[in-house]
Amino acid sequence: MEWEVVIGLEVHAQLGTQSKIFSAASTEFGAPPNTQACAVDLGYPGVLPVFNGEAARMAIKFGLAVNATIAHRSVFARKNYFYPDLPKGYQISQYELPIVQGGKMDITLEDGTGKTIGITRAHLEEDAGKSLHEDFHGMTGVDLNRAGTPLLEIVSEPDMRSAAEAVAYLKKIRTLVQYLEICDGNMQEGSLRCDANVSVRPAGQQELGTRSELKNLNSFRFIEKAILHEVERQIDVIESGGTVVQETRLYDSDRDETRSMRSKEEANDYRYFPDPDLLPLVLDQDMIDDVRATLPELPAARHQRFVGDFGLSGYDAEVLTSSREMADYFENVVAGVGGEAKLAANWVMGDLSGVLNRENLSISESRIDAEMLAGMLRRVADNTISGKIAKQVFEAMWSGEGDADTIIETRGLKQITDAGAIAGIIDEIIAANPRQLEQYRSGKERLFGFFVGQVMKATDGKANPQQVNELLKKKLS
Amino acid sequence: MHSRTVAELSAGLAAGDFSSVELTRHCLERIEANTRLNAFITVTADTALETAAHADKLLGQGKAGPLTGIPIAHKDIFCTRDVLTSCGSRILSNFVSPYNATVVQRLSDAGMVLVGKTNMDEFAMGSSNETSWYGNCHNPWDESRVPGGSSGGSASAVAARLVPVATGTDTGGSIRQPAALTGITGLKPTYGRVSRYGMVAFASSLDQGGILAVSSEDVAIVLAAMAGFDPRDSTSVDEPVPDYHAALNTELAGLRIGVPQQFFEEGLEPAVEAAVREALEVYRGMGAQLVEVELPNLALSVPTYYVVAPAEASSNLSRFDGVRFGYRSESAKDLHELYRKSRGEGFGAEVKRRIMTGTYALSAGYYDAYYLKAQKVRRLINDDFRNVFAEVDVVMGPTTPTPAFGIGDKTDDPITMYLNDIYTIAANLAGLPAISIPCGFADELPVGLQIIAGHFAEARLLAIAHSYQRETDWHRRAPAGF
Repeated sequence: MEWEVVIGLEVHAQLGTQSKIFSAASTEFGAPPNTQACAVDLGYPGVLPVFNGEAARMAIKFGLAVNATIAHRSVFARKNYFYPDLPKGYQISQYELPIVQGGKMDITLEDGTGKTIGITRAHLEEDAGKSLHEDFHGMTGVDLNRAGTPLLEIVSEPDMRSAAEAVAYLKKIRTLVQYLEICDGNMQEGSLRCDANVSVRPAGQQELGTRSELKNLNSFRFIEKAILHEVERQIDVIESGGTVVQETRLYDSDRDETRSMRSKEEANDYRYFPDPDLLPLVLDQDMIDDVRATLPELPAARHQRFVGDFGLSGYDAEVLTSSREMADYFENVVAGVGGEAKLAANWVMGDLSGVLNRENLSISESRIDAEMLAGMLRRVADNTISGKIAKQVFEAMWSGEGDADTIIETRGLKQITDAGAIAGIIDEIIAANPRQLEQYRSGKERLFGFFVGQVMKATDGKANPQQVNELLKKKLS
Repeated sequence: MHSRTVAELSAGLAAGDFSSVELTRHCLERIEANTRLNAFITVTADTALETAAHADKLLGQGKAGPLTGIPIAHKDIFCTRDVLTSCGSRILSNFVSPYNATVVQRLSDAGMVLVGKTNMDEFAMGSSNETSWYGNCHNPWDESRVPGGSSGGSASAVAARLVPVATGTDTGGSIRQPAALTGITGLKPTYGRVSRYGMVAFASSLDQGGILAVSSEDVAIVLAAMAGFDPRDSTSVDEPVPDYHAALNTELAGLRIGVPQQFFEEGLEPAVEAAVREALEVYRGMGAQLVEVELPNLALSVPTYYVVAPAEASSNLSRFDGVRFGYRSESAKDLHELYRKSRGEGFGAEVKRRIMTGTYALSAGYYDAYYLKAQKVRRLINDDFRNVFAEVDVVMGPTTPTPAFGIGDKTDDPITMYLNDIYTIAANLAGLPAISIPCGFADELPVGLQIIAGHFAEARLLAIAHSYQRETDWHRRAPAGF
């Protein structure tokens, strides 16, 4: 039987506010345990939450960017359950009335076709702390630094039909929140987390199959592997006569398997009710319009512009707009060179991305900034150096020898474009290789390469290759 | 000295008749001499005398305000830095707060001298102070009787003239009922008038901090220092705080008093009704007009309250889990047991009853029938009052159906106990300010007159209460021996 896979994602994006969603404590990552938790975060008796309006502005940005409705009135609710890293015994979230309602996100599939994924809702909530089970000799440590960090939970429709689509959607979400500067998108540190609801059904069936919820998916690779694994497991269960049960499953990346955490019967009754400590969040149209005015150019619009104005291919535009930093870098290079978008694109996507990958750096950490790269590409464009020499210059810039002009100067890499000088060298080479000349003239044309090589060798690669070709052809004939 | 009101003590301190240290020492001695009342959970004698000495310095330098150097007791529900804040519960019996509640801080900033923390029903759940982990508190008018609750310790302490004023909280009548039962004045302000920050939450949408004192004039003076917007409490309201004291003597000409039939029905003791009717006649004598009004949904207030309050409490009390502070069972072997035992051993029976009731009311499948329905009824009760206040300035009636009952009389029957709050709960559900003032006696036990006003009409409410206290002296009567 042919099976159809149905996937919906719940993405938790930590919002990059300075302070927590309901207290004045700092949200910075990596501080010693429990040093960034105040009485409010610790759930002390008598404390009260006060909403951080910056979190609302960030949620609105997201909502506007996915063409969603921004609720003029949304309500904070308490989700009640006991856990040591949940200090109050309830999480403040939004339940019936979320701030962002209905939206959509376009993704591009591997074959180049597009697809639209529906976004059901996005709501504001506070993060819990962390329970640390290692290093405490059978006991559990609780770090509440993260407790109260603002989260935007983005819930998609069950619109994805493969693990690859799920990954493409999540990448788009990550790019978007980074563009909007509302979340750093760091999956390793947990700034962006993802749960996947996965089910299968016979191809053509309307009714959805029973789903399982996969948790602990903290990289694109794990999401893909976990979903593939879970789909296979569900199909196996059904084909061997069993039924899939609704449950929450945890992905174990070490063993590359999912295992059951709790079934539907064991699920908590969260006893949601509106939080009486907080007033409904009321947003007037002026405030929403103010936020709209601060929206940056979004990835889709930028992609269009890169294709339309710069003449880049769809693929190049896709890669270059995949992060705001990369797109900004690229545009700064183009501006610095004064055009030559294709040349800039090749260098950013080629040598620069290569060295960044090799050294595991992000583009904002690059040792060659956009201005430096533009400086070098100007010399390529005006024929001061060839593309081949440029690679040397690039390596030298990377190892800190200064900007391109300095390196070209001190290393004497300036291209020889004086036709007289090149002709003189060619004459010497021809004179020194009479046998090869004779063979060439008697029809062995591939020896042309030999003469080019000799000229380049004699000039340390600095002779303008095009001129060398032209002059050689003339002299050898 | 102890029979004086806050206003009189303030004048005495200003005139140099006595010092704050002398006054504070006098209060501490009286507290010490009357420990059998069990009005206090903690007495902060040392810091009180230090604060008093500092107050005397300010008085000497002419830098004193009206409350500088005046002793006060806080209900043990208000978080007080470096002092045990037990909320009357075993589960907080080791909790020393790292911070001050806004109310505590404001009154401290006004120069008041904290002499101790008063006994209360556990987590403010009770009407008799009998649910306290720290034992029963006694009514100074008859020590075999309860002082009311949940602010029983504060009421007992003020009635016995151990302190001139004390704070309380009122979720369903917890200031007004004990004030009535002990013959003192007790105000529950408008919801949002006084910050809830640092007040251990029972039912967040109903809780409101207030004052128990001898006179409405004293309440006015203390309220001015206590009230006002607090950025730490999103439900506190950004309304200016009027000069309550200056407003006390405004004319009451043409005052229209609503008298709801529903306040005088079955269950009201005749002697209580007689005292209240007589008080209404005093107002009529001062030129007020008595108007019969209807609060048709009043009977629904008790059942509504006993859905809303436990529901919120069941969630508010989840933080007491033995993990970060408070009582933790020593015998727990795993996480589940840690919760079960710490909470099982740390909470008393009434608190557990309400957590279970509230958990049930919020459960999947019951939420609509209970919590949502209760919120709708709450709106109806609110509408009743809005209709009434279109016709009259205030509503008056008895604070409680009976005077103080005996310790142990109602402990086996929670429903009868709950019905003691039948007249007070509606003001909490509607968020209205309400005061109880002494208006006579029934069988030698004090009776309270309740006055309810519109939102943020505290100035008017206090002026109306004050006009009665100028005409009568019930509020100046202290129990024999005190």
